[in-house]
Formats: sequence, C-alpha cells, structure tokens
Amino acid sequence: MSFLEILYFIVPITISYAAPLIFTAIGGVFSERSGVVNIGLEGLMVMGAFIGILFNLFYADTFGAWTPWLALLVAMIVSGIFSIMHAVASITFRADQVVSGVAINMLGIAIALFSVKLIYGKGQTDFIQHSIPRFNVPILHEIPFIGPLFFKGIYGSSILAIGLAFLAWFIIYKTPFGLRLRSVGEHPMAADTMGINVTKIRYIAVIISGGLAGIGGAIYSQTMTNDFSHATINGQGFMALAAMIFGKWHPIGAMGAALFFGFAQALAISSSSISFMENVPSVYLYILPYALTILALAGFIGRANAPKASGQPYIKGNR
Amino acid sequence: MSNRFVNILVPIISIILGLLVGAIVMLLSGYDPVAGYIALWNGIFGNMYSIGETIRQISPYILAGLAVAFAFRTGLFNIGVEGQLIVGWFAAAYVGMAFELPKLIHLPLALLAAALAGALWGLVPGILKATLHVHEVIVTIMMNYIALHTVNALIKAVSDGGYKTGKIHPTASLRSDFLSNLTDFSTLHYGIFVALAMVAVMWFILEKTKTGFELKSVGFNDHASQYAGMNVKKNIILSMVVSGAFAGLGGAMEALGTFGNMVTRSAFTGIGFDGIAVALLGANTPLGVIFGASLFGSLKYGAGNMPNEAGVPIEIVSIVIALIIFFVASGYIIRVLLSKMKKKKEAK
Repeated sequence: MSFLEILYFIVPITISYAAPLIFTAIGGVFSERSGVVNIGLEGLMVMGAFIGILFNLFYADTFGAWTPWLALLVAMIVSGIFSIMHAVASITFRADQVVSGVAINMLGIAIALFSVKLIYGKGQTDFIQHSIPRFNVPILHEIPFIGPLFFKGIYGSSILAIGLAFLAWFIIYKTPFGLRLRSVGEHPMAADTMGINVTKIRYIAVIISGGLAGIGGAIYSQTMTNDFSHATINGQGFMALAAMIFGKWHPIGAMGAALFFGFAQALAISSSSISFMENVPSVYLYILPYALTILALAGFIGRANAPKASGQPYIKGNR
Repeated sequence: MSNRFVNILVPIISIILGLLVGAIVMLLSGYDPVAGYIALWNGIFGNMYSIGETIRQISPYILAGLAVAFAFRTGLFNIGVEGQLIVGWFAAAYVGMAFELPKLIHLPLALLAAALAGALWGLVPGILKATLHVHEVIVTIMMNYIALHTVNALIKAVSDGGYKTGKIHPTASLRSDFLSNLTDFSTLHYGIFVALAMVAVMWFILEKTKTGFELKSVGFNDHASQYAGMNVKKNIILSMVVSGAFAGLGGAMEALGTFGNMVTRSAFTGIGFDGIAVALLGANTPLGVIFGASLFGSLKYGAGNMPNEAGVPIEIVSIVIALIIFFVASGYIIRVLLSKMKKKKEAK
C-alpha cells in the first residue's frame, strides 16, 4: 500500500474507534470536574452498549432507519439512571468513590449478561439489522485529500462526538453552570458559602457522565460489534478514563487523547497489512495508550493535575 | 452497641441485603429464588467434590484479598491486583515449564518467581506514588492492561506463536493426590496452605514488626509519620511491593495448582477485582480476609451449579457480589441507621 492509501485506510478507523471514547471521556470530565471520581465509566458503557443493542433489536421494525439514533437516546437515559446509584453512594452515602465505581463496573456487566441470558437464553444477543450508517458528507467529501480522509464513509456518531467536545468546552468554561461545576470540584466549601448547592451540582454531573458513557457504549456496540456479549466492551471505559487524564480533565484535550488512542488501536489492528509496520509487534501498540497515560501522570508530558476536591465527599461544616 | 460490634454488623447486614436484593431480582425475572439459593448451596457444599473445588477457588481469593488489604493498611488503593496476578501466573507457569529441577527447589522457585513478578508490577506504581505523588489508582488500572497485553505477547513468544504455554513439570506442581482423593478427585491442591501461610505472614508483618507499625502509621497519617522520623517514601514502595507479591502468588495458585499452564486471555480473570470485595468485607485484616475470601470464593464456585439445577443464569451471583460491595462501601448510612435505631430504643 502506498502512504496515501494507508492514510485513507487508517484515519477513518481511527475516528470510528475514537467516537465512543470521546463521549465517555467527556462524561468523565463532567463527573471529575465536580469532584466525583468515576471509575465506573466501564460499567456505564457496558450498560449503554447492552441497552443500545436491545432497543435496536426490539424496535427495528417500528422505527426503521431511525432505530440506532433512538437507541443512543434510550441508552443515554438508562445509563444516566444507572449512574444515580454511583451518585447516591458517593455523594449522599459518602462511600469511597473508587469502591463504588468498582461496584458499578461489576454490576453493569452482571446485569447486562443476566438480562441477555434471561431474554435470549444464550451468552450473546442476535445481530442488529440497522447499525449506525456510514455516509458521505455532501460536497465536502469531494475535496481532494481531506475529503476521502475525513468526510467519506464516516459515521454520523463520529461527527456528533466531535461536536460534543466543543459543546462541553462551551458549557464547562463559558456558562454559569460550568463555573459552578468547576468550583464545586476545586473547593466545595467555598462554593457552598457562595450559595451553590454542592450536592445538586455533583448529582447532575454524575448523571451527565452516566448518560454520555451510555451513548459511548451504544455507539461502540452499534458500529463495531453489532451484537452484545461479555466481550463487547472490553476496557474501552478504562481507556476513556485514561483519555480524560491524558487530556488533563479538559474536553478538547480529552477529545485529542481519545483520537490518539483510537489511532493506536487502528494501527494495532491493521499493522500487519502496512509494509513498514509489519515488524513492529502489535503488543507495543496495544499498551501504548496505557503507558502514555502513566507518563502523562508522572509529569513527563506536561503536568496533569486532577481537580482538587476530586475523590472527597463534601460534608457540610467540616473543615 | 459498641464500635466493634457495629464494625462486624455492617458487613453482615450488607451480605444479607445483597442476598435479599438478589432474591428480588430472581423473583422479578421469573426465577424461583428459593430453588436458586438451594442450587447455590448445593454447588458449594453439595458433596465432597464441590467442597474441594470451593476450597480450591478460595485460595487465590485469599491472596488477592491480602494484596488489596495490605496496601490499604498503608493508605494505598491497589486496583492493580488483577495485573499483578496475571504476571505472577505467567512467571510461575514459565518457571514451572522451562526448568528441570528437584521438587524441593523447583516449586519454591516457581512460587518465588510469581511473587517477584507481582512485586515488580507493584513496584512501578509504588515508586511513582512515593516520588512523584502520582495517584496509584489510575497507574494500577493502566498497569493491568499493560500486564494483560504483555503476558499475551510473552505466551506467544514462549510457545512459538501458539496461544498457551506448555504444561509445567510435576516437580513444580502444587497438585496433591492426597487432597484430591480426600475430596472425591477434585482439583484441590496445596495452594490453600500457601494462602493460609501468607495470611500468617501478613498478620506477623503488620502486628509484630517495626516495619508493620510504620506501614500502618503511614496509612493513618503520612505527615505525622514523616514528622516522627519514618521514611514515608520507603514505606509506600514497600507496601506496594509486598502487596504485588501476594497478588503474584495468587497467580501462582492458578499456574501451579489449578491449570498447570497459561492460556492467552482476551479479558481479565476477575479475581483481582473480587479481591477488592474480599478485603473490603474483611475490613482489611488478615482474619477478615479469610472470611471474605471464603464467602466470595464459595459464591463464585457455587454459582456454577445454578444454571443446571435451577435454570438461573450464573451472573446473579456477580450481581449479589457487586451489591454487597456497594452496601459495605455505603457503610456510613448503615451506621447512621443503626445509631438512630439505638437512640429510639433509649428514648423508650
């Protein structure tokens, strides 16, 4: 393959791998910016992936081509509700947020697989007929070079993901809600003194993160696997968590990191068909995102600082 | 109610609540919860064979639980037990397969290799935490994935492109004809004694040595420990290393006892994550870990009987375990409710 052909091949795969990560990582940004660590992103993604496929299978006849999009919406709602569990535990019940997140991860996959066996009597669902379609962006796909790279055969969900990153940036940095969100995560007592309802903001943030992770999971299952089984979501949630940290708790940064991780995954699965990559063992590409995240945290790639109050429950009157 | 009593009551209430919600889930899904739990009971205690298998399952759970608990006593959250266990599994399987030595040397060597591999995997987050204050939770999660992919590549390398390592030599095996015959030919092996010995080791380190005192002290308050002249950095690294070594031994249970080799994995074993549940339920004490591991190991093994005998999907037990963790973690609210009940009683 020529270099250009490789690019035309790799870039679209990169973007489609990155889209679910972008959604989930930005969900993580919301939650952590409010001061609630959300290790449970993986479990929330599993729930989204499962609900997305389930809705798609049950209502494909009713809604036709609209099914996958409605499935995203339903997955968002269900995962949002599921994340309330994490919110109640870590905000109201003052549970250790990491432990509660671990419980969410275990619970997500357990509930999903239990339901799959209950409904289908086997370990995986049927395949969906209406997956998220690829399409060519009108006019733009005819631009030489850039057209085939970014605008040909692209998933609509990928465009949504990029749009979401900028929307999230606007919400977090340019609106009163965003200011409150950040202040609650940095110094909840000061925020409380200024009349901000810390508990309410944190609940909203966790539910947003659940909803976005749900969409991320449903995008993954409806573009990549087209069914649901125990291995559908296999570490994507943790990779999104890594993207959030690598992106330094910033929506645009998280998007950039997710795109980069998507690129690493795309390289890993297609390295055997690229001449100059043949001799690079794919294991290096598989571990690249995780190794880079550790380096980023260690400060080798610019210091990454978590929101100050992240991980601590806010107890009124405590100093 | 004394504090000690409440500390024991919270996990017990959590277990009951977990099983109760599990029963409700079964009921709502159209299964018979009584039949389901009877099948679970039979899966654990039904006959000598299942008792043997249950104890076999408990051994790695004890070690995974010890790993989480040990780090926790120094104030560290080691989510990386899963990865440390996987590298330990591979190291033990490799040493067991590649060398030919008398049993007296080979078996300890294989166990040591597993412990060292796990310790190495714990060393990285330990150093990063101690020197650069990088949060160990994220680093250990990342190390889990690095372990998974690295070990898969190593298995491929040592088996000439295959997907599993060769069988270990009998001289490195933990298998025991005596224990196996005793339990109707189950795969019960000597690993349980290794695990129990490590429980004693952890108790000894924490309660009877100066190092243990320092480790716990750092866990309570690292600034105060620093001020008292303890080397906080050294203690943090040491804690992660010992924790990783326990986890690595957990992997050795699978390599030298249960399976005798290692197959490439597409996903985690789950033992490391269940170790968090074990430690949490056992309040991070050595004896508590035995209790927690017995409960979760039994539940996990006994669950295998539920689809056959009662038609209930095996995942119900994972739901119950997750709920128990959830309730134990939310212990604050249980404590509040308990103290309210107590006040009401006193008012009467």
